[in-house]
Amino acid sequence: MARIAGVDLPNSKSVEYGLTGLYGIGLHTSRLICEELGIDVHKKVGDLTEEEQGKVRRLIEEKYPVEGQLRSEIALNIKRLQDIGCYRGTRHRKGLPVRGQRSRTNARTRKGPKKTVANKKK
Amino acid sequence: MSRSLKKGAFIDTHVLKKAQVVNSSEKKQAIKTWSRRSTIAPDFVGLTFSVYNGKTFIPVYVTENMVGHKLGEFSPTRLFRGHRKDEKASGGKK
Repeated sequence: MARIAGVDLPNSKSVEYGLTGLYGIGLHTSRLICEELGIDVHKKVGDLTEEEQGKVRRLIEEKYPVEGQLRSEIALNIKRLQDIGCYRGTRHRKGLPVRGQRSRTNARTRKGPKKTVANKKK
Repeated sequence: MSRSLKKGAFIDTHVLKKAQVVNSSEKKQAIKTWSRRSTIAPDFVGLTFSVYNGKTFIPVYVTENMVGHKLGEFSPTRLFRGHRKDEKASGGKK
């Protein structure tokens, strides 16, 4: 089992898809890593040699923010927006869409499940 | 998409001029401006702008973190007072 950046990667998956188990690494980055290290993308994670694992670990450490580090970076960016009191910051605080989308309808990803308000009678 | 770097940050010239004048004079006065579209330049740090939001001027004290944002981002144009309550409770209209 390959353990990279504190996460166990599934042995049965190819390196290409196995690496996407890390927060902060998607298919694109995963392929870039394989290309740079000259690892066959279709090789299974379980078949990686110790040396290859070490290479992957080192490359990710120095080049890509991943997992906790990335999460805290994102949280800090949002906190900065909130602290300076700009429009985007207030949108984050209110849990509404930040980039100018409509919020009269939709925007359920940001607003969460529907909260129905009782019907008003005439 | 972000603006081409070749052009540099957009700042209305009158805001720039005003900022330079206020920066060189000792007493820091709030700069009244309608130019919400102007980017905050690094030299604006420490100045206070009064940014028009369509109704009133909102005082904005510029800190280091604000550099690169637009003045208008700090002067909200909409006022949300919450949704109206049930008529029975408020004795409202309609």
